[in-house]
Amino acid sequence: MATQNNRESIKLLDGNHAAAEAAKLCRVQVIAAYPITPQTPLTESLSEFIESGELNAEYIAVESEHSALAVCASASMVGARVFTATSAHGLAYMHEMLHWTAGARLPVVMACVNRALGAPWNILNDQQDSLSQRDTGWIQLYARNNQEIVDSIIQAYKIAERILIPTMVCFDGYLLSHTEMPVELPSQEDVDSFLPSYRPHTVLDPANPKNYNLVTLADPRMNANGVFCHGYMELRYLLQESLQNATSVITEVGQEFAELFGRDYARLIWEDNLEDADIAIIAMGSLAMEARVAAGLLRREGYKAGVLGLRVFRPFPKNAVVKALKKNRLAVVFDKSISYGNEGIVCSEIKSALYGHDVNTIVLNYIVGLGGRDVKAREIVDAVKKSVHYLRSGIPISEQPEWICYI
Amino acid sequence: MHTRECGHICGESSPAIGEAGKTGEWRTETPCIDSSKCIPFRRNRASCFLCWLYCPEGVIKKSIPVEIDLEYCKGCGICAQICPAQAIAMK
Repeated sequence: MATQNNRESIKLLDGNHAAAEAAKLCRVQVIAAYPITPQTPLTESLSEFIESGELNAEYIAVESEHSALAVCASASMVGARVFTATSAHGLAYMHEMLHWTAGARLPVVMACVNRALGAPWNILNDQQDSLSQRDTGWIQLYARNNQEIVDSIIQAYKIAERILIPTMVCFDGYLLSHTEMPVELPSQEDVDSFLPSYRPHTVLDPANPKNYNLVTLADPRMNANGVFCHGYMELRYLLQESLQNATSVITEVGQEFAELFGRDYARLIWEDNLEDADIAIIAMGSLAMEARVAAGLLRREGYKAGVLGLRVFRPFPKNAVVKALKKNRLAVVFDKSISYGNEGIVCSEIKSALYGHDVNTIVLNYIVGLGGRDVKAREIVDAVKKSVHYLRSGIPISEQPEWICYI
Repeated sequence: MHTRECGHICGESSPAIGEAGKTGEWRTETPCIDSSKCIPFRRNRASCFLCWLYCPEGVIKKSIPVEIDLEYCKGCGICAQICPAQAIAMK
């Protein structure tokens, strides 16, 4: 079983400072980030570490998030361990470079402090920003609390560098980024033993010049040495193949983390009281913690409710979700995002995972908490009760999500 | 044939002739030199060579007579446009 080490120190940290401490413990060598609310204190904290000499890294000031990620990608390519952080519009502005970083297979790690996107302007939390970047080829991990921010960033480097896929650690703006919680910080010595130094897959050497990621056409090509080389499609296949295999790497790394630090991450989803549950409440990020409170309240009222919290969103943990939901009659998905014209983004993913597995779970969807709207445990309870009522009274299930708002 | 054996994880190439394949296959029109009009050939000494200077692919040889490497000439036609003696025709 896992051995709890006693070299950790407990500090009272908000999510931004927790993320900065984690990046420091990972001995990042290059940081390029552009300040944006609510991520700003994270970048300030990192530049203070460098200024004070606590962290031996290069902080490259840039004029935009697009440049921030371009700098990180370049530094990663020449062999540096890099870190960046952003939110909302900053992440949207990085969009092109997100694709580029994944395509170039650079193990960049980013903290995404989840915030709503305009219009209208809003600086508060929801998960539309990172979920809108679903298809860029990045691994996405979601933290439920500040401890998970630290632990996820440390694991993210190991995962990213093992399979050469960039990794985004997402956590809710304000709810986590600006809320202090006790956080166990691992010792530098333990993180050093957990995380080997980064070895890039590309070696830039003037004696053996190479071009990377130049125009690569549709068809494979025979190169000057007669080697049959990938076309664009084969390279993209390899990205998908690595993401498909990433689920086992993520659980392996979670297991290695558990053995050293005593906190168990050998899982893709968090399951709370699901074994005997009829009702699964599904949520991601800090909402998955609030959902546990709601499930407790429901249990007290006689509803057999449990919680499925998504820890990993990409690669989507299809098998784990199917296994967890097989026994539940009802799954109620609470989404802090929406694919406009369809439904909550997490809900779509859950439904797609269940297809073809002979699972008869009814899936209902509520859109909550957009633009910082508070989501109380009591509201989750009411929505679950309403869903149960629909089921019991035979009211046809709507194909559209329900919104918990005042319209 | 499979590409996995190349071992690349992202787009990768080395600067070398033919690294991008036989790019002459892209050509639809071929530059044909009429040496009787070509200035270096007529004067029998190194001169002009504007086609060599302007060729974006570096496939024209500064020789007498001027030679074009059709394995890699993509047929852009710049040499035909730039030739002051109209010695090159695209056919």
